[in-house]
Formats: sequence, C-alpha cells, structure tokens
Amino acid sequence: MKVVLKVFRFNPENEDKPKYEKYELDLREDAVLLDALNEIKWKIDGTLSYRRSCRHGICGSCAVKLNGKNVLACKTPLKKAIEDFGEELVVEPLSNKKEKIIKDLVIDKKDFWDKNHKVKPFLIAEIDEHPKTENLIKPEEVEALEEADYCIACGCCYYACESLRENKEFLGPQALAKTYRFSADKRDNAKKERLSLVDSLGIGVWDCVKCQACIEVCPKGVDPFTKITHLHNQIFEEGIAKKNVATKHAEGFVHSIKKHGILDEGMLVLYSEGVNVIRHLPEAFSMFAKGKIKFPWNMPKSDQLEEIQKLVEISQTHELKD
Amino acid sequence: MKYALYTGCTARESTPELLKSTLTVAKELGIEIEVLNEASCCGAGHLQDFDEFLSLTINARNISLAEKRGLKLVTLCNTCQLMLENTKRKLDSNEDLKEKVNEKLSEIGYKYTGSSKIQHFLYAILEDVGLEEISKHVKRPLNLKIAPFYGCHIIRPSKTHDGDNLNENPYKPNAIENLIKILMGESIEYDSKTRCCGFHVDLQNTPLSEKLTADILIDADNNGAEAIVTPCPLCHLNLDVKQRSAAKEANKNINIPVLHLPQLLGLAFGYSKEELGLNHHIVDVNL
Ligand code: SF4
Ligand code: SF4
Ligand code: FES
Repeated sequence: MKVVLKVFRFNPENEDKPKYEKYELDLREDAVLLDALNEIKWKIDGTLSYRRSCRHGICGSCAVKLNGKNVLACKTPLKKAIEDFGEELVVEPLSNKKEKIIKDLVIDKKDFWDKNHKVKPFLIAEIDEHPKTENLIKPEEVEALEEADYCIACGCCYYACESLRENKEFLGPQALAKTYRFSADKRDNAKKERLSLVDSLGIGVWDCVKCQACIEVCPKGVDPFTKITHLHNQIFEEGIAKKNVATKHAEGFVHSIKKHGILDEGMLVLYSEGVNVIRHLPEAFSMFAKGKIKFPWNMPKSDQLEEIQKLVEISQTHELKD
Repeated sequence: MKYALYTGCTARESTPELLKSTLTVAKELGIEIEVLNEASCCGAGHLQDFDEFLSLTINARNISLAEKRGLKLVTLCNTCQLMLENTKRKLDSNEDLKEKVNEKLSEIGYKYTGSSKIQHFLYAILEDVGLEEISKHVKRPLNLKIAPFYGCHIIRPSKTHDGDNLNENPYKPNAIENLIKILMGESIEYDSKTRCCGFHVDLQNTPLSEKLTADILIDADNNGAEAIVTPCPLCHLNLDVKQRSAAKEANKNINIPVLHLPQLLGLAFGYSKEELGLNHHIVDVNL
C-alpha cells in the first residue's frame, strides 16, 4: 500500500520554526500509523523523533495528532485513516505550541502530569499492612467506576479539550475522569476532599465547556465527559455544592421546568446570578430592542404543564442544599 | 412528509427568527410540521449535572410525544439533539433503566418505546429531501463567502449520533458545505469550523466563553467570510448577541453577520428579510 505522510518536524535547539516533511512509503495493507513512523525512522531519516513503547495501546506514549484528531499511532490503521481523511495524511504533535515541542512529535507533557498529580490519582485508605484476608470489592461496586479505570494517560483528551485552549487552569478531562475513578471507589476515604477540589470554580467540573471532544478522541473509551457529569451529581448528593452562579444555574433548570415546562431564559440568568445580574444589562437591552426577550407576562408555557410538574416531582432525586 | 418538531426553548424565546425561518423553509420544501407544544425543556446540557435521572425521565417524555404520533422527532438545536439522543441511547441499551424510567412515565400516562428516530433539521432534510431536490428551490444564488460553523453537539460524540447525522466525520464534516454549494455560495475553509463557542460556561466563566467565541469570529474574518452559518441557536447567541463583547475581550473589531441554517436556505430560496426574521439579529444582516 502506498502512503504519503506529511510529518511535522521541528528541532527548537537549532531551528526557528517548524516545517512539514513529506515521505512516500510502501507499507503492508494492515499497517498502523506507528509502522509508518518506524519505517521513516529506520529506513529514511533516523533523526525523526516520536515516543513509543508497547505497540499495544497500553503505555499511552505514542499519541500524536493525525489530520486534526488525537490518536494512538499504534492503534490507528492507515487504511481507515485514508478512508476518513483522504490521501493526504498529516502527522503533528498533540500540541503544536512552540514552547511545548521538545523535538518533532515529542512534546513536554508537564502540564498534563501536574494536573494528574493534583487530583491524587491513587487510593487513599487505611490499609492493613499485614492483612489476613484479601481486600475484596464486590463486582457491582466495581461497575460503578464504569470505564474510568481504563485510562492510560495518553493525553489525547487533554490536548483536544476546548476549555483548556483558553483556560490553562482547568484540570481537564483526564484528571477529572481520574478523580471519578477514586470518588466512585467504595474503598477510597477521600471522596469529600476530592469532590471539594473539583467543585472549585476555574479549575473544576464547572469549567468544562461540554464540547465532547474528550469522548470523541479517547482511545480507551473512558468517556471523561460522562464522568464529569457523574462528579457533578456526586457534588450535589454529598452536599458539597455551595450556592454560587454555577450550582444555581444547574439547579435553576428544575425551577424553570416546574414553572413553565420550558426554560425561562431571563429568569434563569437572574436566579443564577442574584445581584450580579446587572452585568448582563447592556446585552439584555440590545436583545430587548430586537425582540429577543420574553417577560413574565408573555413567557410561553408548555401545554400539559401539570404532567411535566408531576413528572419532575416524582423523579427528582437531588436538591441543592445551603 | 411530516415531522414532529421539538423547537427547543431558544427558538421560542431569544431566537424567534430560527423558528420562523424553519417553518418558512419547511413549507417551501413540502414538509408538514407538527410543533410539539407539550414538550418540556431538554435540560440544555445542564440539568443532567444536577440530576441525571430527572434528565432521562423528562427527555423520555419528550421523545414519546413523537412516538405517539408515529413521527420522526426533529430538532433545531445541537444541544437539544444531543440531550434527546443521549436519553435514547441510554434507554435503548439498558432494559433496567428503561423500565425504571417507564415506571415514572406511566404515572402520567406515557410510555417510551424507542420507535422514533431523532434528527436535527439539517440532517433530516438532507436525508428526506436530498440535495438535488433542495437545489431545485434556489431562486437567488447566494454568491457569498460563508463560514460553516457546526457547533459541538451535532458532530460529537459520533458514537451517540450513531448515523443520525449521516455519519458525519467529526474532524471533517461536510453537510453544511454541501448545502452551501448547491445554494451557489462558496464555503471557506478555516480551523475553527468544528470548535466550541463556549456557550455552556457563559455564566460561570464569561471570559472563557467570550475568548472561545472571539477565536471563531476572528478566524472566520481572517479567512474572508462574509457571513457565518450555524445549525445551533446557542452558538448563534454567542456568535451574534455576544459578538461585541467577545470582540472587546479580544481587543478586535469584528462585524460579521451570523445566520441560522434555515435562514441561509431561505435567502437562496428568495424569501424576504422579514420572512426569515433577519430583523431580530444583533449584528445587522445586509447580504
Ligand atoms: S467535554 Fe469538557 S472536559 Fe471534555 S474536552 Fe470538552 S471541555 Fe474538555
Ligand atoms: S481519558 Fe482516554 S484520552 Fe484521556 S488520557 Fe486517559 S486514555 Fe487517554
Ligand atoms: S506504543 Fe504504547 S500505546 Fe502506542
């Protein structure tokens, strides 16, 4: 199979800016992207740098960007890649920010590891050093972790996260999924401490922009976004949630649905913000002028509102405590 | 052809032009619309953060409204689409959960069966009407450079959309480009096409939302777009209503009209500004 790769090359030690090098390769039909990189390194240009180790989707080191999608090189069949992206395959590092490049496809993942470290990615428990029996956990208790335990710390999600693009403080999908890995573990003793950390505005769950990129890229099916949803729920369940604009916004939907069936957009902002609502006034005026605001007297309601109210009443499971 | 239309809250409140232009275009294409006035809010991507189970029950009810009528459920908002599909995938793949939800629904006389397909208007017309037929309605070729902006929830996660978005490649979508082409416009290529507008953190982290929105606007502008088009009213709110504040946050001068997808079709079909609700936009549309 003939494959043409355009590969990002950059050596910050003696080059000013990156360039793309084109390689024409002849590979087996079942070749994966890592085979192509190896072919280049071993037969064409030994100076090409990239990370790899296990070749089995386990070590998480071979993650790169292929035509905009973060992938594990060892788990990406080239045939499928050509189907998805056409003949021109472009390989880049997970992040092409100049300051992050160590060389070619190898980046400095320090920010990623710092955040992983920050959430204490290990079991916090009193453990008997000389146990008489095994420390067992029931199958249904393991099920609660869902796929959160499959993470191989490849960074595919982290470097695709839309929130992180403009909010460097955000813990990001991997560290949050990792938090859930332990907050959902019956044996862990630090649930509240973990939840308080991720409840903090600016770094935690409330700063996820819900872009779904982490679900899309994760090669291990960890589904970090859904774990973030579970964390939100745990935060309310455990009474960790403080009343603030974010928690009141999430809970405000129930209020609005109970009252109108549909969302009262204006009231939701007012309810979430309290006196801070003032900051939205300029926008509100321009929206009003263009017929984009509904007032209490012309706010539409769902037909059969009583049904909706009853359904909320019988199926609501959480409430926002003080 | 008949659709059960789940308007979503935004199309009934802050983007009335979306509902108006959708009804106009649907009529032109010979699609009968039954608006689901008994529907509730889908939770807009936030309700499930507070209460996952509640979000499932109310959306199962929303879906069953279309099931009862034996119709396809058609949405106008990316986030509504994803919330409803999320519910459908969860219930269709988990009998226990479906039973628990149906237990609640039975108390108000409803039942979720999973029989209705859920599709965004964009993909519904592509599937049911088709490009060729749509192109026959063009009376006023667009002749414009347009930046297609997809928004997140219509393309990701692809496993949830499971074909309902005609297997769009989330890294290289082409539905909107194909439409622009038959409407005789030119779509521009730019990196931000599949990025996030930040709408869902508008309240709790306004600067973040504004920066993400500004990135898109600047990118579209730099690539020569005369207008942006989006299938999502929430993206529209950020790109249009918040355009000024986003530009300010980025210290840039930006003035670029943003169209809802049906408005773009309507323009090419020869409808007037009023018929498409263009008078409701914050950034003036003079195309
Ligand atoms: S869904 Fe949230 S955590 Fe996942 S990539 Fe998007 S912003 Fe990041
Ligand atoms: S959650 Fe998935 S994508 Fe993210 S680091 Fe772990 S394995 Fe990689
Ligand atoms: S080489 Fe280990 S995951 Fe690819």
